[in-house]
Amino acid sequence: MKFSKFLASTALVAGLTLQAHAADVPDDVTLADDQTFTFWLLDAIKSMDPQINTDVEGSDVLRNLFEGLYNEDSDGQLVPGVALDHIVSDDGLTYTFNLRDDARWSNGEPVTANDFVYSWRRLADPATASEYAWYMELMQVENASAVIAGDMAPDELGVRAVDDHTFEVTISTPLPYFPQMLVHASTFPVLESVVAEHGDDWTDAGTLVGNGAYTLTQHTLGERVVMEKNDTYWDSDNTVMTELVALTINDVNQGLTRYLAGELDRVDVPAGQYPRLKAEYPAQASSTPYNCSYIYMLNVGEKGPEALKDARVRQALAYGIDRDIIVERILQGGQRPSYNWTHWAIAGFERPQLEWANMTQPERMERAHELLDEAGYGPDNPLELTLQYNTSEDHKKIAIAVSQMLKPLGVNLTLDNYEWKVHTDRMQSQDFDMARYAWCGDYNEASTYLDLFTSYSGHNSGEFYNVEYDRVMGESKTAENPLPLYQEAEEILGEEMPIIPIYHYANVDMVRDDIRGLPQNNVNQTWYGKDLYRVAD
Amino acid sequence: MLTYILKRIAIAIPTLLVLIVVSYVLMYMAPGGPFTSERELPPQVLANLNAKYGLDQPLWRQIATYVWNIVTDFDFGPSFVYKDRSVNEIIAQGFPITLTYGVLSFLLAVIVGVSLGVAAAVRHNSALDYAAVGVSIGAQVLPNFVMAPILVLVFTLWLGWLPGGGWQGPEYWILPVIALSTSFMASIARITRSSMLEVLTQNHIRTARAKGLPERRIILRHALKPAMLPVISYLGPAFVGMITGSVVVDIYFSTGGIGKAFVDSALNRDYAVMMGVTILMGTLTILFNLIVDILYGWIDPKIRF
Amino acid sequence: MVSTTEQRTATQVGPRKGRSPWADARRRFLRNKAAMGGLILLLFVAAFALFGDVLAQYSNEELDYMVMGQIVELGGPSIASGHYFGTDDLGRDLYARTVQGTQISLAVGVVGALIAVIVGTIYGATAGYVGGRTDSIMMRLVDIFMAVPYMFVLILLLVMYGRSITILFVGVGLISWMEMARIVRGQTLSLKGREFIEAAQATGVAAPVIIARHIVPNLLGVIAVYTTLLVPLMILTESFISFLGLGVQEPMTSLGALISEGAGTIAYGTTWQLGFPLLFFVLTLFGFFFVGDGLRDALDPKDR
Repeated sequence: MKFSKFLASTALVAGLTLQAHAADVPDDVTLADDQTFTFWLLDAIKSMDPQINTDVEGSDVLRNLFEGLYNEDSDGQLVPGVALDHIVSDDGLTYTFNLRDDARWSNGEPVTANDFVYSWRRLADPATASEYAWYMELMQVENASAVIAGDMAPDELGVRAVDDHTFEVTISTPLPYFPQMLVHASTFPVLESVVAEHGDDWTDAGTLVGNGAYTLTQHTLGERVVMEKNDTYWDSDNTVMTELVALTINDVNQGLTRYLAGELDRVDVPAGQYPRLKAEYPAQASSTPYNCSYIYMLNVGEKGPEALKDARVRQALAYGIDRDIIVERILQGGQRPSYNWTHWAIAGFERPQLEWANMTQPERMERAHELLDEAGYGPDNPLELTLQYNTSEDHKKIAIAVSQMLKPLGVNLTLDNYEWKVHTDRMQSQDFDMARYAWCGDYNEASTYLDLFTSYSGHNSGEFYNVEYDRVMGESKTAENPLPLYQEAEEILGEEMPIIPIYHYANVDMVRDDIRGLPQNNVNQTWYGKDLYRVAD
Repeated sequence: MLTYILKRIAIAIPTLLVLIVVSYVLMYMAPGGPFTSERELPPQVLANLNAKYGLDQPLWRQIATYVWNIVTDFDFGPSFVYKDRSVNEIIAQGFPITLTYGVLSFLLAVIVGVSLGVAAAVRHNSALDYAAVGVSIGAQVLPNFVMAPILVLVFTLWLGWLPGGGWQGPEYWILPVIALSTSFMASIARITRSSMLEVLTQNHIRTARAKGLPERRIILRHALKPAMLPVISYLGPAFVGMITGSVVVDIYFSTGGIGKAFVDSALNRDYAVMMGVTILMGTLTILFNLIVDILYGWIDPKIRF
Repeated sequence: MVSTTEQRTATQVGPRKGRSPWADARRRFLRNKAAMGGLILLLFVAAFALFGDVLAQYSNEELDYMVMGQIVELGGPSIASGHYFGTDDLGRDLYARTVQGTQISLAVGVVGALIAVIVGTIYGATAGYVGGRTDSIMMRLVDIFMAVPYMFVLILLLVMYGRSITILFVGVGLISWMEMARIVRGQTLSLKGREFIEAAQATGVAAPVIIARHIVPNLLGVIAVYTTLLVPLMILTESFISFLGLGVQEPMTSLGALISEGAGTIAYGTTWQLGFPLLFFVLTLFGFFFVGDGLRDALDPKDR
């Protein structure tokens, strides 16, 4: 490992603990003969192309077939991938990555800085028409917006290969969490010659060339994906798992049944089943925080209902919901009730003291009655609203429970269940009163949540426009310590209540007790097949 | 006969065109598009995507291009959602799977159903008859989405005999085929039984019996063929029912078949896949109805085309 | 799906002269044990749907916080708790929900079948009565429609335009009218040559009036049989739609939706969530099948 460049650089350098992370098999462990890991996918993988993929599940597969600049370890800390380390210029705008010279594509060619240049341009290039092209903008890569809009040629994007093993990125504003964003699958390199030769078919099993620890040997859409250990991978000597299999099972209950029948090594636990499984299989069931928050978004914009323009009404709705019942009696999987927006486990984030978070539910209920009364609503003048959610057994249960909880306040919620696409489309055209929404952070830092409700965010479907909020978030970008500003933003959300927080996600799953190496403390639940191993009984 | 077949095939073409236009227009008018996603796409990206897939063209033009590509190149276009696959590839992968368990279920339903029905009719009012009637009435109304999880629970989890899903070899075929065929088997058994009972009272059977022909010969040679008429006319609806049932099978058994592909394509607004599967299913239905009619004419020569 | 072949034999039903055919049919129907059993079942199910709420201790939407979260232990069927059929996963009373689900399923079945029969009868009778070019064009159209995979179109409609009970009614109804149209046309063709029709034509009665006054009444037997056999098909179709999650909006429910929820969780020890709705589902279907078969046999006096 090279530390020299780090030491030479300024305080802006990300403090990487540069320990190569492969399967850390302790000496006293006997490995099982069969090193195969079979995991569950809810749906078919939409694309194996890193620049085209948009799904979390797709990323789980891609992380094994490709490798980006950095990886994450079991605690979510950055560890070297293709890049060993980097230096940041004093103005915080230029990142120079030092790439390892032993990285190889699965066809034997070396992985070079030019591969990253090609891939990053490819992501932004309008000709690729990637749905994740905006990620280049989010990373603030210079000229990204202009390239995506087609106003500039892709080669004007702020990326450059200084030499074969030095990759340089220029960004337009300092971004303290820039390195964290490099774990994302859309920044993974692809090999230009293969893409050029095979066109859209380059991701077929047998044709796909990656630089990850595994190669794709079979992909039956909607049935399974099989990946085998890649011997050209730079750290293949330390890779223990020889085969990864992903099975698509569209029904969560079927998934659990097949796990219990021994067909899977890892599966998600359906809502309500965790306590039983934990009691029955204590070594297999686990619940860890997961970087997503569940809310009801309120339409406070032009097209929203009159009642929701009153902050008192919005507060009353938020106060009237008993979150403990939702997490403890419906989901029952170690999720936490939420009274704010940012997930509690986000690194460096602390929830500000919010008054309503500390009240008891009867107190909140009483307050809700008062607020609605002040606003002129109540059992005599009931508030009629619709609550829209997308198809899912869990969303349905929560929506039903919420509609019953709000009934005593004189709030009549009509439930509206739509398919995902229709749901999204209605939200984006402000055609809703209350809508179920969830956001999963792109990286482990509070701004991935809080930026959402700035007036310029583009995801702010409820049209919550607040000058003060915009100012706070703007300041946080350059602040030495952004936490107080983040807390101020949360306080504004708690006061204005444009969203009703419901709960913070947990990843609730069953894992065979002989599997080791899955992340224990990584809010993004990022995992790599190369870190896993199976012990003998 | 030949002119009849040709005539039917000639009708198939406008039928498919109607199907294409209706489905395409329905999709086009629906809220949300293939690229509607949680993170609203910047207008430029959306424009790029629409241009790439030809969605920026007027509706009539899209349909015309679509039909033209099918006619000239047999090209059903690229999937809008499974972006590294074409519709032809998706169907080429999924259809053989659906066809395999579909054909097996169909054969099983017909062979077992007819045998059971004949046996029950021949042993009219015996224990076998009552058992067959009882079981088939029950099986006929049990939805396959109830049957499928029960099968997995019993044969995969409790007994551990069969895999609970996937598509890797013959042992993976058994549960899907049972789940799909049972209700049709039951219907066919009931239809065969009542039709057989009716035929057995007819004059030509009485004559055959009077002549002292062996019972076995009477059943197989003289009674079975006319008794098959109602069964054959049931095959059309059964076929359509199996296509529907394949959706349930695909969802529960993760076979990777075409039924799930259709539902997904409708949910994801994957216009191209949805159109491709609809056309495939429409063509199969037309073809199958034609076969049924020909069979019908073969069994009952009184029917003129 | 379930057999629709019975219609083939149903087509042989024709109006009879002489002693009242209806009285004969009624006598035959009353003597048919299966049919009478089916009728009793149907009456029971209908009574359950209409008056079952009287016995319910809870509404179909209120959550029982006492059992919520411990459904397996506390949510089972019990007279003492007032949840005769147990509760669903949220602690809602399954008895009240089954009553409500039966109402919706029956409504979808009956309204869907009626839509199919009305459209089919008008279409078929018109084609058959007018005859000639019109007839052959109309019947060609039916051939074309028959080749459309309707379940797919219905799924599309529900996915795209949101789930509403109206679309469900119309959707399931439109799946099945073509068969009816063919049968009615065939019957109309054979009626057309009869003296009483010719007499009506000779006296200058307008075509729609002849169809409504003289043709349709003579087809009532066929229509009744067909409708009864169509209802269970509609109920099955609705259950499939509910399985796909495209059925009626919560807090409303249907038997199909309840069964599909119950079937998903059978492995978790809450079998009552599948059992009770499935029981009413099966009873309803049996009822209609037996009554339908009985009606057909009664109206088709060919000795069996």
